[in-house]
Amino acid sequence: MKHTLSVLVEDKPGALSRITNLFARRGYNIDSLAVGQTEREGVSRVTLRVDCAEHSLEQITKQIYKLVNVLKLTELTPDDAVEREIALFTVAAPPERRGELMAFADHYGARVSDLGPKEIVFEMVGHPEDLDSFEELVRPYGIKEMVRTGRIGLSRAVRH
Amino acid sequence: MTRMTGADAIIRSLEAEGVDVCFGVPGGMIIDTYDALYRAQANGSKLRHVLARHEQGAGHMAEGYARASGKVGVAIATSGPGATNLITAIADAWMDSTPLVCITGQVPSTKIGTDAFQETNATGITLPIVKHSWLVQKASDIPATIKAAFHVAQTGRSGPVLVDITKDAQVAELDFKYPDHVDLPGWNPPRKVNQRQIISAARAILEADKPVIYAGGGVINGEASAELLELAELTGIPVVTTLTGKGGFPDSHPLNVGHPGMHGMKYANMALNRADLVIAIGARFDDRVTGNVSAFAPNARVIHFEVDAAEIGKIREVQIPICAPLQPALAKLLGELRKQIPEGREGPAEWISKIAEWKDEFPLRYELGDLLKPQQVLEAVRDATAGRDDIIWATGVGQHQMWAMQYMVCDRPRSFITSGGLGTMGFGVPAAVGAKAARPDATVICIDGDGCFQMTSKELTTATLHGLPIIVVLIRNGYLGMVRQWQEMFYDERYSQTDLTGPIPDYAKMAEAFGAVAMTVTDSSELDAALERAIAENAAGRSVVVDAVCDSQEKVFPMIPPGASAADILEYGSHEKVKEFEAR
Ligand SMILES: Cc1ncc(C[n+]2csc(CCOP(=O)(O)OP(=O)(O)O)c2C)c(N)n1
Ligand SMILES: [Mg+2]
Repeated sequence: MKHTLSVLVEDKPGALSRITNLFARRGYNIDSLAVGQTEREGVSRVTLRVDCAEHSLEQITKQIYKLVNVLKLTELTPDDAVEREIALFTVAAPPERRGELMAFADHYGARVSDLGPKEIVFEMVGHPEDLDSFEELVRPYGIKEMVRTGRIGLSRAVRH
Repeated sequence: MTRMTGADAIIRSLEAEGVDVCFGVPGGMIIDTYDALYRAQANGSKLRHVLARHEQGAGHMAEGYARASGKVGVAIATSGPGATNLITAIADAWMDSTPLVCITGQVPSTKIGTDAFQETNATGITLPIVKHSWLVQKASDIPATIKAAFHVAQTGRSGPVLVDITKDAQVAELDFKYPDHVDLPGWNPPRKVNQRQIISAARAILEADKPVIYAGGGVINGEASAELLELAELTGIPVVTTLTGKGGFPDSHPLNVGHPGMHGMKYANMALNRADLVIAIGARFDDRVTGNVSAFAPNARVIHFEVDAAEIGKIREVQIPICAPLQPALAKLLGELRKQIPEGREGPAEWISKIAEWKDEFPLRYELGDLLKPQQVLEAVRDATAGRDDIIWATGVGQHQMWAMQYMVCDRPRSFITSGGLGTMGFGVPAAVGAKAARPDATVICIDGDGCFQMTSKELTTATLHGLPIIVVLIRNGYLGMVRQWQEMFYDERYSQTDLTGPIPDYAKMAEAFGAVAMTVTDSSELDAALERAIAENAAGRSVVVDAVCDSQEKVFPMIPPGASAADILEYGSHEKVKEFEAR
């Protein structure tokens, strides 16, 4: 099963490899990984998406929690988190099919970030699953290149 | 604040941590630190350094020191091969939760990443086997880093840390002030004990009919032996101790039911197997203890006292987890039990007498023969030291180690030092030297195998030159015996690459070359006199090797075949049953 972990770490060399090593040594692949600054100086947030068994995940999260540079760890669950990702797609776009592509893009809120005679570079920010859907939709047209940042997320705003 | 070099600061920091002995081997990238040590010693510093003959030896010495004393062991090495030679000891300390601070030199910061002479990425290579590591590239970072290193090594579940310090950081100057606190916001090992869990544990303990305490090395590391003893006596609950937990509860106590596991006593395994409550204390359900996990203590509820949250529920589901330092946790449990225990309550008498029957029915046994039997040698060693409270045992890894576990009597914590989790051949001699450095008053006896001895015997030189005399009882069975045993039992007697027999090496000559007294014993009639002399020579300051030439065919029993469960345990002389077992 897929899980999203959000880990606050001190900005120290090796902090990231200590975390990823705990997955690698058990033979788990990391689907996506995003690291960036937070509201606190010297503290980064690592957002990891992994496909691993529940029991292993529990073991790995306990091990992550023990790392000296790790300040906090939470699992982001779909209901309780806002999740976003950015993707760029270079899609083959002969003039006769551009109209359809633009309609899809419009529907999904993707933007054209560059344009050539034979292809369009779309940029899309959204929920990772919406990115997946858009990707599926344009795939038959020919995705020449694609890149995704990996998902990031935060807990939902406090309601009360 | 005093102006000094980074190298001086390393030495000053070690002194500030109260280190009295450290172990190591110098080299180009740590030479400045050794120079600082030399100057400090010339100025009257009490910090002692033991020059090992191999960095692995230095690491195991630091482990032996830590395990015998309860203090942090310190090992020092140069970059590159010095650091890589330390790795086995770091891995060993990691597996057995031995607190270690390893200091390695590193190439100058300007050369890092260039494949400079003797550059290896020490923090990278050791990443999965340390609690934490630091690469220090600035002299001014040295004091705080060493302070943090000692703190991390010994708080929570103890274990090894590495401080890799570049040459330029050792050479540059700083204003030295040793910090009085650490700044590690992410390091928060458990400190409190959850009282509600303690109450549940006490209730479960009083409700159980067939409870067993399963005590591991954590009892010793967590300094909880006294509380464990009180717990057993207060409740009348029998105790099994693991290999690394040996001595955490007195072996000769009437409630001691021996050691569980692959080569543990049959009665210990039976007790665990039939228990309705297992109280695990600082133990981690290692596969060498549980055998087939699904058949391990199948009818038992489990209470797990453990300082490392990641161990709880890792292997076996736990009904009552208590994640806390063991000493205060057990102290709280004792308090709660005293409140809950009804006046005049007796222990689980029926259960105890059942276990006593098993003890009678399935004692450890072996048969004498024409040749010396390893068990016979160990019994003689045990008898020669009976009643003494100043003996520390160290062992190698293999059959002799299992026999040492079975036959030696340890009534005190920190008196049995062995490589449990990693099973590192060659651990024994250097660990014994380190233990002697920690406890010069003790008589340190290493039970070693001929295979193991050949890996690290050179550290006898260190023992001789540094006034750290030890006794080695060499169980010379002419084989990598433990592997041979598996080949005999499970590989149709194809003895692939396990034969060590032949005229060389001459163990007695080796021992003498290292400055030790050597005695070769081939007959049981010579044993007692040889041991008596060994102990006397050792008391007079000499290392001694008792080279006991033993039967190579002898196998360790009982044995739970790999992958089997306690119910399938094979007793002495019953190894034909392996075939039956395999046929199933
Ligand atoms: C460093 C290392 N290499 C290999 C092994 C595998 N191994 C386990 S026990 C053993 C044999 C040990 O031989 P010896 O020291 O003679 O002890 P014995 O079993 O004969 O008592 C071996 C090779 C190991 N545990 N450690
Ligand atoms: Mg041998």
